[in-house]
Amino acid sequence: MATHSTNQFRSGLKVMLDNDPCSMIEAEFVKPGKGQAFVRVRLRNLLTGRVLEKTFKSGESIEAADVLETPMQYLYNDGENWHFMEPSSYEQYEASADTVGDTKLWIKDEDTCDVTLWNNRVISVAAPNFVVLEVTETDPGLKGDTSSGGSKPATLETGAVVRVPLFISIGEKLRIDTRTGVYVSRG
Amino acid sequence: MLARVRQFFAARGVLEVETPVLARHGVTDRHLSSLTTSLQGLAPTATPLYLQTSPEFAMKRLLAAGCGPIYQIGKAFRDGERGRQHNPEFTMLEWYRPGFDHHQLMDEVDALLGDILGTPPAARWTYGALFEHHVGIDPHTARQDQLEAVARSCGIDPSTELAAGLGRDDWLDLLMTHGIEPRLPRDRPAIVHDYPASQAALARLRTEGSVQVAERFEVYAGGLELANGFHELTDAAEQRERFEADRAARAAAGLPRPAIDERLLAALEHGLGACAGIALGIDRLLMVLTGAERIEQVLSFSIERA
Repeated sequence: MATHSTNQFRSGLKVMLDNDPCSMIEAEFVKPGKGQAFVRVRLRNLLTGRVLEKTFKSGESIEAADVLETPMQYLYNDGENWHFMEPSSYEQYEASADTVGDTKLWIKDEDTCDVTLWNNRVISVAAPNFVVLEVTETDPGLKGDTSSGGSKPATLETGAVVRVPLFISIGEKLRIDTRTGVYVSRG
Repeated sequence: MLARVRQFFAARGVLEVETPVLARHGVTDRHLSSLTTSLQGLAPTATPLYLQTSPEFAMKRLLAAGCGPIYQIGKAFRDGERGRQHNPEFTMLEWYRPGFDHHQLMDEVDALLGDILGTPPAARWTYGALFEHHVGIDPHTARQDQLEAVARSCGIDPSTELAAGLGRDDWLDLLMTHGIEPRLPRDRPAIVHDYPASQAALARLRTEGSVQVAERFEVYAGGLELANGFHELTDAAEQRERFEADRAARAAAGLPRPAIDERLLAALEHGLGACAGIALGIDRLLMVLTGAERIEQVLSFSIERA
């Protein structure tokens, strides 16, 4: 079992805490001049996304988490699970709807996603920062109509709904920032 | 900045001294770890030597010899301490004032900070009042389980291994570093004084009502712990008892037990007049002055590049 000692703690380190894999956000060595040394850590639970804080004894070791972040190609969705392929080994992995979460709003076949594996199981999927998606439904824009702030909703091929400028029409391809879900430009 | 520190003490008639960085005796404090080296060339067998964790013992020997008020700017070394505010080798300003108590020394360190940092007078609290104010508990009388409950309610979550070894003072330290220090003022220094007797280190004890407090103080500026001062313990017998207690605690924790510095005790027996002393981290002072976030920003080369 691989372990990490507190002097190896740094942001990005993957460790096991209460049986869940976590990623360190921040680790700070704390030592009062006349007291015991501690290492204070903020971590993100990679299964729940929750941020937690924990304090360790300086010199203590904790179990490493077998976590790998790797780009994979999104293949298809079988109605229940999402399927991805590691491009160099062609090995396929599946992820549940819960695991894919909101990422499903932004990805379509053949997109390359950042997949996080824990003990060879998919625990999270991140869409590329920018994607290009086709508009499947939107009202025709009316010239000069600025009552809605110059924008209107549009439904994309993945089912996501974004605010777009009035001049956008069905069939156009749009560039979207997936981190904010905001329209950037025509694709 | 160093030139201004020296001007400050010159104007006050405090003499600059130098004492050896290498000593035959290490510190017995349970929470400090000395670096060691070995002297080969003089004796038939090699002599182990300790790199000082502070110049305190040597300076007290000078005081007992009647040198009057003294200060020193020098290197100190602490094994295993590396972080945002720690480098194993660092620069310490330490000074002693015969005839001062800890309140007079607080005034002087506050004046020094005003001079160097341009800060207004420090806010001062007793350790007890600070705990009452921020976490609503009396640190002198609360039981360990009460301290633990308050700490956990403040979101302090120690690992299983850490929690198993935590004593009453460690819970106080956790509350201080996690719960209180982040809420100390940033617009002026903060001085905390009258520590629990169990955290006296080398400070005198005083009975305050029904509790014993240590005449020790800590100085904070810009969110950093900057200095620690004492109304110094000068009683040789009590000093020997504290060294022995430290050594027993180190033995229980499986740590090395440096021999007691008999030269210091001899100096105390000879007679160290009432005095107050303080050690201030010069690198951290420079961090506050320059707004540096990490200690390596104010070091020429941190330990990784030394």
